[in-house]
Amino acid sequence: MATSTLERPLAARPSTWFVWAGMTAFGVFLLGILVAVVVDSFGRQWFDTWLPDGLTTERYVEAWDRFALGEVVGVTVGVAVLVVVISVLVGVPAAYVLARRDFPGKRAVMLLFLLPVLMPPITYGIPLATVMYSFGLGRTLTAVVLVNLVPSVPFVILTMTPFIEQINPAIESAARMCGARTWQVFTRILAPLLVPGILAAAILVLVRTVGLFELTFLVSGPGSDTLVVAIYRGMTAAGGGEARQLISALSVIYTATMLVMLVVALRFVNPTQLVAQVKETRDD
Amino acid sequence: MSVGQRPGRATASLRHRLAERGVDPALLLLLPGLVVAVALFVYPFSYGIGLTIQPTAAMQEQWGGGVLANYVAFFRDPFVFDSVWLTMRLALPAALFNVLASVPVAMVLRHRFRGKRLLTSLLVLPITLGTVLTAQGLLIFAGRQGWINRALLEVGLIDEPLKLVNNYLGVMFSLVITGFPFAFLLISSYLSGIDPSLEQAAKTLGAGWWQRFRRIVLPLLAPGLATTFILTFVLAFSVFPSARLVGDAMGETRVMSLMAFRAFGEQNDYAMASTIALMMGAVELLVVVAVLGLRSLLYRGTTGGKG
Repeated sequence: MATSTLERPLAARPSTWFVWAGMTAFGVFLLGILVAVVVDSFGRQWFDTWLPDGLTTERYVEAWDRFALGEVVGVTVGVAVLVVVISVLVGVPAAYVLARRDFPGKRAVMLLFLLPVLMPPITYGIPLATVMYSFGLGRTLTAVVLVNLVPSVPFVILTMTPFIEQINPAIESAARMCGARTWQVFTRILAPLLVPGILAAAILVLVRTVGLFELTFLVSGPGSDTLVVAIYRGMTAAGGGEARQLISALSVIYTATMLVMLVVALRFVNPTQLVAQVKETRDD
Repeated sequence: MSVGQRPGRATASLRHRLAERGVDPALLLLLPGLVVAVALFVYPFSYGIGLTIQPTAAMQEQWGGGVLANYVAFFRDPFVFDSVWLTMRLALPAALFNVLASVPVAMVLRHRFRGKRLLTSLLVLPITLGTVLTAQGLLIFAGRQGWINRALLEVGLIDEPLKLVNNYLGVMFSLVITGFPFAFLLISSYLSGIDPSLEQAAKTLGAGWWQRFRRIVLPLLAPGLATTFILTFVLAFSVFPSARLVGDAMGETRVMSLMAFRAFGEQNDYAMASTIALMMGAVELLVVVAVLGLRSLLYRGTTGGKG
């Protein structure tokens, strides 16, 4: 690691203490938020006491029925998987070209793929949603998937380009010397080498798609709401929203799903490295 | 690409000449990506720009300005225009705080120590929570009956429960909790790209920690700081669910995205909604340009990070 070779003073510097204090405050807030939601979701009633009086798992059953969660979770997973598959299929070949070729207008193409990542989602989301409604796609699953592709495809391209750049082009040249066609180079040589990168990008897109609120919210409706949007609608429904514990139960289900995905993701990819790779493309 | 000798003879086929410039059938691989970008981004975006100059009759009547009625309404209607200020008041401090707070944390976490992986995971965790769960958690944890207020009352630090949610502060908490991990990840990746031997050399020459930071780390980190600030700002700028859920949606935290959504979903005025959305993009662009300008004033030279 970076400065581990430097000599270490015996007592920590005040700055270090300061940092640790800040980190502790952040950790307390974070854990407080998480634990509060979990406790609330299992609580029978919780008003002005430290802990709820009595525990129950009824909230989960109730939430499951009330929000038709079977359907919502199905939609969430289905949309996420579709978005991941499409954006990988579309993004990886494009990333390959951007990593290996130099052609007129390359900078313009890069900019085109960078814009949706840099712009606030609402800025392009509202015109996009308007177009979706005018094509009669409003509140459909198709619209939800299409809308989610807008940030996902550039994301795959931006993460995969540096990944492909680090693969030695000599390997491909060797394959071509041996008579492989482009398709064969892709399936026999590149695909196996790209698997870790594709996996990482796919998991990140999955996590992002499940968590994406703004764009999905603009075009989804009953039957095409994902979990986040269903929670939001539950919290803001007319008449003060649903009972707090129901929302908490929903949130716990959501977080559990996300955590599983994150744990899986962290097994495959080190987040700090990935960000560094993304950054390299931005600054080149 | 090999830039080998160019025959430039007219006998070379068009295909050959194009291939020399890098245009060959392999570029077709780019096509699906371009189709998605054009159909789902460029087209709707231009359509949206077109929409903004087709104001509803009611808008034209109320604000005048002919085809530009939507823009007139945006700048003249204080209810709408104030949201620019309200958004900035949230997004700028939040982004600034997230970036400035990540620098010392990332500096400390550069060293190897026990529990580092755990700590990094703890910092990355909020990314999975998402704004909606954070909002729900904040409402319970920091609400009037929440554990924070309860603990502070018990200790005797306060007599009345503090109002920490459903106002500006609530949204700020939510922005820090979701934005800080992101800023931290970026900053630490930039920091890890700075060659530690530079600092060691400075130390050998007798530089104290502040001098090393001020003269070595900071200049090398400046471009990374600017990029991180911009990306964190973009995140905070489009705050929407938390402004509604833990904020005061009709008062202190009436941010631009809420106004855009109000016009879109509640008033069905797609033209005005697109106008607000585009103006959001424009305001963001202004900030980004300003930050990049500042950055070039601060430091010119090779970039730090893994450059």
